[in-house]
Amino acid sequence: MPAKIVVQDLTKTFASDTGALRVLDGISFTVDEGEVVAIVGPSGCGKSTLLNIVAGFERPDEGLVQFDGATMTRPTSRGILISQHGSVFPWLTVQQNLMFGLNGHAMHDKESLADRYAAMVGLNGFEASYPHELSGGMLKRAELARALVVKPDVLYMDEPFAALDALMNLRMRNELLRILAKERHTILMVTHDVEEATYIADRILVLSPRPTRIQTSFEVSLRHPRQLTSPEVQELRAAILRQLGVDSFSD
Amino acid sequence: MGQTQVARAAAREAGTIQLISMPRLKQVLPSVAVIAVLLGVWWSVVVATSSVIFPTPWQVVNGIGELMRDGTLWQHIAASLFRVGTGFALAALIAIPLGLWMGWTRGAFTTLNPLIQMLRPISPIAWIPIAILWFGVGNVSPIYLIFISSVFPMVVQTIAGVHTIERRYLWAAANFGVSRYTLFRRVVIPAVLPQIIVGMRIGLGVAWLVVVAAEMIALRSGLGYLIIDSRNAGNRYDLVIAGMVMIGLIGLMLDGFMRLLERLKAVRWRYAR
Repeated sequence: MPAKIVVQDLTKTFASDTGALRVLDGISFTVDEGEVVAIVGPSGCGKSTLLNIVAGFERPDEGLVQFDGATMTRPTSRGILISQHGSVFPWLTVQQNLMFGLNGHAMHDKESLADRYAAMVGLNGFEASYPHELSGGMLKRAELARALVVKPDVLYMDEPFAALDALMNLRMRNELLRILAKERHTILMVTHDVEEATYIADRILVLSPRPTRIQTSFEVSLRHPRQLTSPEVQELRAAILRQLGVDSFSD
Repeated sequence: MGQTQVARAAAREAGTIQLISMPRLKQVLPSVAVIAVLLGVWWSVVVATSSVIFPTPWQVVNGIGELMRDGTLWQHIAASLFRVGTGFALAALIAIPLGLWMGWTRGAFTTLNPLIQMLRPISPIAWIPIAILWFGVGNVSPIYLIFISSVFPMVVQTIAGVHTIERRYLWAAANFGVSRYTLFRRVVIPAVLPQIIVGMRIGLGVAWLVVVAAEMIALRSGLGYLIIDSRNAGNRYDLVIAGMVMIGLIGLMLDGFMRLLERLKAVRWRYAR
C-alpha cells in the first residue's frame, strides 16, 4: 500500500533580527492510510510550522510533501487542519459552521448532514447556538464535527486539546478515539503532551530542539483503550521523555 | 405554607422589578445630575452678571417653545436630517465597498491609500468655497460637505477591519476550498461587520457634527441655518442656543440608533467577549 502522506527533506528558515533562524532541518517521514501519527517535541521547535507545511498552508524552502502521490501546493478539503486556537467562525451558528464546507449538496441534505455530525460529537440541541454561547469543550467538538462532515481522508491536528482543562482534555481524547473507531481517518497531530500522544497514537515521532530533525520514532502497538498506568505505557512515556531530555521520576 | 409561598413569590417579583429598574436609574442619575449642576451654574452666572444678550436656560426653553409653536423647528430638523441622511447614506454606499476592496487587494491599498490619507485631514469648512462653485447654494452643497466628512472615517475603519481578520479564519475557509463568493459572503464581510458598524457610528457622528458648517451655505432651512440666522437677524442668542441644544439631543438619538446595530445576532460575538 502506498503511503498517504510522504514528507521529504523539508527545510524552513525564518528571517529574524539576529539573522536567519533555521527552524526545520531536513525532515522526512511517511504516514500510512488510517494511521494515527503523533509528533512530539519541545516548545518552539517548529511543530506548528511543520504541520502547516504538511497541510499545504505554508511553503517549505526545500523538500516536498506528497498527498496520495501528488505534490501539495495548497490546502485541500481532503485534509482538514484543526488549529490550536480553534477556527470555528464566531459569526455563524453551529449548524451554519458545519454546513460551511459542504459544496454541491442540496440545502436540505446539508442541514441533515450537519445535524447528524453535530449529534455524533454530542452537540445535538446546540445547532442554532453561536460559538460564544458554547464552552471550550463544545467549541472543540464543533470544530471536529465541521472537519468530519466534509469526509476528509486526513485530519491535521495542532495541539488539539491543549487549550482545554485537564478533565475536558481527557474526555475529548476518548471522544476522538470513539470517532476514529467509527470513521477510520488518517491523523497527523503535533503535541507537547507526551501522555496524549501515548494514549492516542499508533506511532510517535520525537523532534529535536531547533534546528529541528526527527530524533526517534516509537511504534505503539498497544490496543485501545490504553491504561495510562500500565507498565508498557509508563515505560514508553519514560523513553519519550528521556528523548526530550527530561528524566522521569514516576517510579 | 401557602402564605409563605405567596410571600416568597411577591418578594421574588419585587426583586425582579428592582433588578430591571434600579441599575438603569443608577446609570442615568449621575449624568442627569451633572447636567443639572451645569444648568444651575449657567443660570446663576447669567443672573449674577445681569447679561442682556446671553439668555438663561429658561429663555432658551421659551425660545424652543416659540419655534415649536410657529412650526419652524420641525422644518429645520427635517431639513437637517434629510441632508445628513442623504450625505451619510451616499458616503456609506461608497465607503464600505471601497474599504473592503482596498483592504483585500494589496494593489488597491498601495495605490489609493496615500490619496485618501491626504484628503482625510482637509476640514469640510475648507471645501465650502469649492462646494459653492461646483454645486451652487442649495441642497447639494451641504450634502456634499456631509458626504466628504463622513466618507473617510468609514473607509479607514473598513480597511482596518479587513486587515485585522484573523489568519485562522481565512485558513479555515481556504481549507474547505469554498468559492470566492462564499469566502466574501460567509467569512470576510461578517468578520469585518463589527468594524463597519464602528465606522458607521463615527461617520454619522461626524456627519451630524458638520451640519452647522454645511448649512452655512444652505437656503433658509436647517438647524445650522437657524443658528447663523438667529445671530445675524437681531442677536437672538436664545434661539442660537436652542439650535445647539436640538443638535445635541438629536445627535444623542442618532448614536443610540447606531448602537442598536451592535445588538445584531451576527455581530454579538465581537462584543460578547
